[in-house]
Amino acid sequence: MSNVSTALKTDTRRLNSHGDLEELRQQILASRDPSRLEIVVCHGTGCMANGSPKVTQAIRAGLEAAGIDARVIPGIKTTGCQGFCSRGPLVLIRPQGIFYQQVKPKDVPEIIQSTLIDGKPLERLLYKDPQSGERILTEAEIPFYKLQERVVLHNIGKIDPTDIEDTIAAGGYQALAKALTAMTPEQVVAAIEKSGLRGRGGAGFPTGRKWRSALKAIEKKGRPVYVVVNGDEGDPGAFMDRTIMEGDPHSVLEGLIIGAYALGADKGYLYVRAEYPLAIRHLEIAMNQARELGLLGDNILNSGFSFDARINRGAGAFVCGESTALFTSIEGKPGNPRPKYVRSVEEGLWGRPTVLNNVETWANVPLIVDKGAEWYAALGVPHSTGTKVFSLVGKVNNVGLVEVPMGVPMKRIVEEIGGGVPGGKPFKAVQTGGPSGGCIPYSLKEVAVDFDALTRAGSMMGSGAMIVMDDEDCVVDVGLYFLRFLEEESCGKCIPCRLGLTRMREILENFAKGQGAEQDIDDLLSLAKAIQDGALCALGSSAPNPVLTTIRYFRDEYLSHIQHQKCPAGVCKELITYAIDPDLCTGCMNCARQCPQKCIAGEKKKPHVIDADHCIRCGICKESCKFGAVLVT
Amino acid sequence: MITFKINDREVKARQGWTVLETAREYGIDIPTLCFHEAVAPSGSCRLCMVELKEGDWSKLVASCIYPVAQGITIFTETDRVRNVRRWVFEMLLAACPASAEIKVLAAQYGVVSTRFPSENPEEACMVCGLCMRVCEEVVGLSAISIMDRGVHKKVGSPFLRPSEVCVACGSCVTICPTGAMQTIFDRVRPQPVLPLTQLAL
Repeated sequence: MSNVSTALKTDTRRLNSHGDLEELRQQILASRDPSRLEIVVCHGTGCMANGSPKVTQAIRAGLEAAGIDARVIPGIKTTGCQGFCSRGPLVLIRPQGIFYQQVKPKDVPEIIQSTLIDGKPLERLLYKDPQSGERILTEAEIPFYKLQERVVLHNIGKIDPTDIEDTIAAGGYQALAKALTAMTPEQVVAAIEKSGLRGRGGAGFPTGRKWRSALKAIEKKGRPVYVVVNGDEGDPGAFMDRTIMEGDPHSVLEGLIIGAYALGADKGYLYVRAEYPLAIRHLEIAMNQARELGLLGDNILNSGFSFDARINRGAGAFVCGESTALFTSIEGKPGNPRPKYVRSVEEGLWGRPTVLNNVETWANVPLIVDKGAEWYAALGVPHSTGTKVFSLVGKVNNVGLVEVPMGVPMKRIVEEIGGGVPGGKPFKAVQTGGPSGGCIPYSLKEVAVDFDALTRAGSMMGSGAMIVMDDEDCVVDVGLYFLRFLEEESCGKCIPCRLGLTRMREILENFAKGQGAEQDIDDLLSLAKAIQDGALCALGSSAPNPVLTTIRYFRDEYLSHIQHQKCPAGVCKELITYAIDPDLCTGCMNCARQCPQKCIAGEKKKPHVIDADHCIRCGICKESCKFGAVLVT
Repeated sequence: MITFKINDREVKARQGWTVLETAREYGIDIPTLCFHEAVAPSGSCRLCMVELKEGDWSKLVASCIYPVAQGITIFTETDRVRNVRRWVFEMLLAACPASAEIKVLAAQYGVVSTRFPSENPEEACMVCGLCMRVCEEVVGLSAISIMDRGVHKKVGSPFLRPSEVCVACGSCVTICPTGAMQTIFDRVRPQPVLPLTQLAL
């Protein structure tokens, strides 16, 4: 996987004190030349899918073939997701920080020749600013990166996640050493409380308060107590936790060990969905390397504190991200939630006091311990401290992973960092919080993105997925999408969720066909209320949110479906017709050739006509027309 | 003893009781389908929802599993409670049209028709899992299980083969709140020597 700094690899040894850790760090730093040329290739899941492993291969082969003078042979490093997924595969040249995007293996010889040998950056692979049209040389100057504040993600894209030396060189495990040697468990809990950290998994429960209640429960019930990482990220469009586990697995692990120390746990679980094979592999490697150095396992850093953890793979049920379903899943039973009238901190895994936190929450813990609660509390806004990682997807130019302080306005994330909607249109709405969240309309673009402001707007922070929609997205269709997803993912234990979501979906399907009456909207609201009040777990009780917020902000669009049988966004197939504008059509015949129904007629260089009776409204003609002559009404 | 209020009436309960147990002790009416004293409650039918109020704040809880606590105030007939109950009944009437028991109970709470269409006129099972729980917890056999997930959930014997451990005791038929087990039973137990109806004679 990587060929970096193998110098100290053979010298595996147990670290027995904070001093040992610091000594190792100094040794690693001394063995490295910060001015050494280094080619960094993004091996996040997005870039890998785009072919970055082939780029890395081509770089290795190209360097050998070029036979560069031995003194300037660059190091090659593969890192976790660098965030700018829509521009991948990404290649960075350090120390200059030259940022190449959408690199193909065939570009590699040119990169080696121009950048490494001639010392000139390769213009055509640099990022082009869409506004000014100018090429931007380094990562730091690109607006997508410049406007972010990377705190939790600070190591990702810089370190090789499969090499613990990289993590240690970057300051990893310093917080653990500090906690074990200079802080009592009580001081750790107090620091987390003081930091104001709130759970990043969705609900935003104060982490410090959770730990404190766990301590109270332990007083009553004694040990064992368990610490658990929730890595069952399942929201459509969300990949924050995956990126952290893949790109900086030690940050999660370090947070977990610190949490275990604070609570006196000797066993922990990392529940990661099996669809994240790379995350699981990197976590396994990280745990093995940490064990070798004595940072995990018996007598950590010779402090007398012992703790070990294991990975549990989730079989992919969305509901297993719900805390109690996650516990029953780890226990080996079907992943059904159980009622939470007794909280998990009192009766969680195996009926014992348990602290379950999300991946991103755990990754925040070492930062707080290392840099102090005051430093952390100063980030963000008073009741939502720190930063939040968002995955920005949908109709947005810069698809990728962004981290900003809590409380920044929505429009900064979508329009400034995200570069707005392709084509320069305003966004119509942003779905936050995944299937449990809601739509924030353009009119609320100034809304502060923090836990409380989003809840007031009818949505929620959720785990951090942001799906941007434009005027070609229909709110009825969006509501249907999430309902279908949740209906399929419901565990089926309670009636309101199992039967209710199906009934809501049926009503919405009628709307999409132009059927139904205004009364149905009221029925839908009443049924949604019953599901919110009646469902057993958070999957069900939050399931109506996307529909409720779209009705709240886009009621006219619903009425347009029901009363006028029109879908303003041109999405609902039963309500739209495709036609060709004879003035714009050039008679190129492209659409006629592509039409799977063969229902477009017309001679060469003469306007074509769509036979509406046979048209299945697949939209292929519209996509294939270069002249914008296919109209949807 | 724990003292709290149900519908403004002061009630007393023992430590460890649920709100439903206390309400029934005092003759306060709360409908249930998936609850039975013989097995542990699961809180799945959601008919027993009651409103827990604390000042301006309130939430709905399932009374069959909600443990009593000193000084709580519970209401069993609020708009929110009735709204959940009405929708659950309407959905059950459509999902289990063959169950006379559900019709009778729904009618007691004023729900006599449903706005939803029924897919299968023969269906009576609401997948509450009482049959499975009684088989496991009381009979101690686990001849019945719930298969699949979510909307696909159904009751039967493991792997849909007649169960080898079923002793045809009929506990599941007795406990079934909707009458569905009378037909499902024949799919669970091993090939009977005589049909169930003749055994009963």
